[in-house]
Amino acid sequence: MNTWRRRALSGYSWAMLVFLYLPIAILMLYSFNQSRINAVWSGFTWKWYVSLFENRQVMEALGNSVTIALISSVLATLLGTAAALAMKHFSLRWRSIVHALIYLPIVIPEIMMGLSLLVLFSQLHVELGKATLVMAHVTFSMPFVMVIIAARLADMGSELEEAAQDLGATPWETLRHVTLPLISPSILAGFLMSFTLSLDDFIISFFVAGPNSTTLPLYIYGLVKRGVSPEVNALSTLLIACTVLLVVVAELLRRKDSKSITL
Amino acid sequence: MLTTKRLKLLALPALMWLGALFVLPLLMIAALSFLKRGTYGQIVYQGTLDNYARIIDPLYGDIFLDTLAVSVLTTFISLVCGYPLAYHISRLRRSAQQVWLLLVMIPFWINFLVRSYAWVIILRSQGVVNTVLQSLGLIDEPLPLLYNSGSVLLGMVYTLLPFMVLPIYVSLEQMDRRKLEAAYDLGATPWKAFWHVTLPMTKSGVVTGSILVFVSSIGMFVVPDVMGGAKSALIGNVIQNQFLSARDWPFGSALSIVLMLLSMLLIFLYYRAANAAGAKEGAA
Repeated sequence: MNTWRRRALSGYSWAMLVFLYLPIAILMLYSFNQSRINAVWSGFTWKWYVSLFENRQVMEALGNSVTIALISSVLATLLGTAAALAMKHFSLRWRSIVHALIYLPIVIPEIMMGLSLLVLFSQLHVELGKATLVMAHVTFSMPFVMVIIAARLADMGSELEEAAQDLGATPWETLRHVTLPLISPSILAGFLMSFTLSLDDFIISFFVAGPNSTTLPLYIYGLVKRGVSPEVNALSTLLIACTVLLVVVAELLRRKDSKSITL
Repeated sequence: MLTTKRLKLLALPALMWLGALFVLPLLMIAALSFLKRGTYGQIVYQGTLDNYARIIDPLYGDIFLDTLAVSVLTTFISLVCGYPLAYHISRLRRSAQQVWLLLVMIPFWINFLVRSYAWVIILRSQGVVNTVLQSLGLIDEPLPLLYNSGSVLLGMVYTLLPFMVLPIYVSLEQMDRRKLEAAYDLGATPWKAFWHVTLPMTKSGVVTGSILVFVSSIGMFVVPDVMGGAKSALIGNVIQNQFLSARDWPFGSALSIVLMLLSMLLIFLYYRAANAAGAKEGAA
């Protein structure tokens, strides 16, 4: 490729990054703007953040979001890791069935999952609230955990496990002392991914939340429907900051993990 | 002792969970779409095809067509915008690749709702763009940049673009570069080499990316809800409305089943077309 073409492609790619990040940067910038009404910059302030922390509804939504994310990601990680470990031993036919079951939730429109869970809970007379949110969040984040761990297990191969068994380790000892320590960074990455998915989810939560289980994205939605305000910007900025932090940590963990196998 | 047989049982809780909370609810939706709605929004257990007959109504037909048009356009624009970006990333040094990938991935994890809202700040009548243009004296009245089909399309492409870039990048990475060199050695121009070698060889990434973008856009209700006006409602908004406001669950179920079948049909056709194109390329 000649230099001219390369420069054009590079310039275009930088422009795309600007396109991806500029709106987010503007949203964050205006969370520090004095003026409440319009887009004119009138000075730096922390006051919108202070008012968030003084708002009881916001704190309640934050508490709900964190509780639900914690419980659902622990459950999703446990179930997903166990399933990924077991799947290695499945016959090809069973493995493809399970694969279909994992990938289906990822390729079916999210709205379908939300409303079908709403129908399930209402037909079984389960009251909508934190418990239904946890159940829903486990359902959509568990496949992600399974995909991450299964990929790591496939990359790892089975030489080390076979070596352990040749040396007389029982399957349980092999699992406990060889496999689990080797995949633990991926397990942590899977946990962080499902925590992030849960914290960020709006579409599915929208259908299965009850009146006393408003999460942060649901609360933001209510505010967004009322219009632009610096409080929404501040709250969105906090959510963005948490998401970015979690994603970067998870990604670094995953990369560290895949590097260690090339040793 | 933990035998291999017992190890297999470790998958049981997860599979039962997905069976009960994913497969069963979908089956219930399918069943519900054949039932009747009572006067007060309750479900009447009596079989009927009325819900499906109602969808033929031009009112819903038009919304379905609009939704398909927006989804296909979103997929196409994301492909055209995303491919060069993925191409650029795949040609960078290893360490730079890692940074760029992370930069493309981060917006994908940021909430849809928050990302659509960011555009409201920019495009609304007292928004950033209109304020700047007015203070420069270029316009007297704010431009109607928001709440139309254009803004919905922009929002969809903006939120779904990372879905396209990542799979294409993966297939570009896995591509055998020697074939490209062979094409150049045989005197192909860069454009011809791209069209006849690179593009066919990265087809799997293009197909995966397109399917991910298409599926996400066809059921989307957040972007049209936040950035679209009353006229730009898509089928996702209608379904959401049937479940939460109109309380006509059987009709909402029928709409969502049709939506799912339609999206599966289009994915299937697209997949077949892509394979046929690939086969032709291989024979040539």
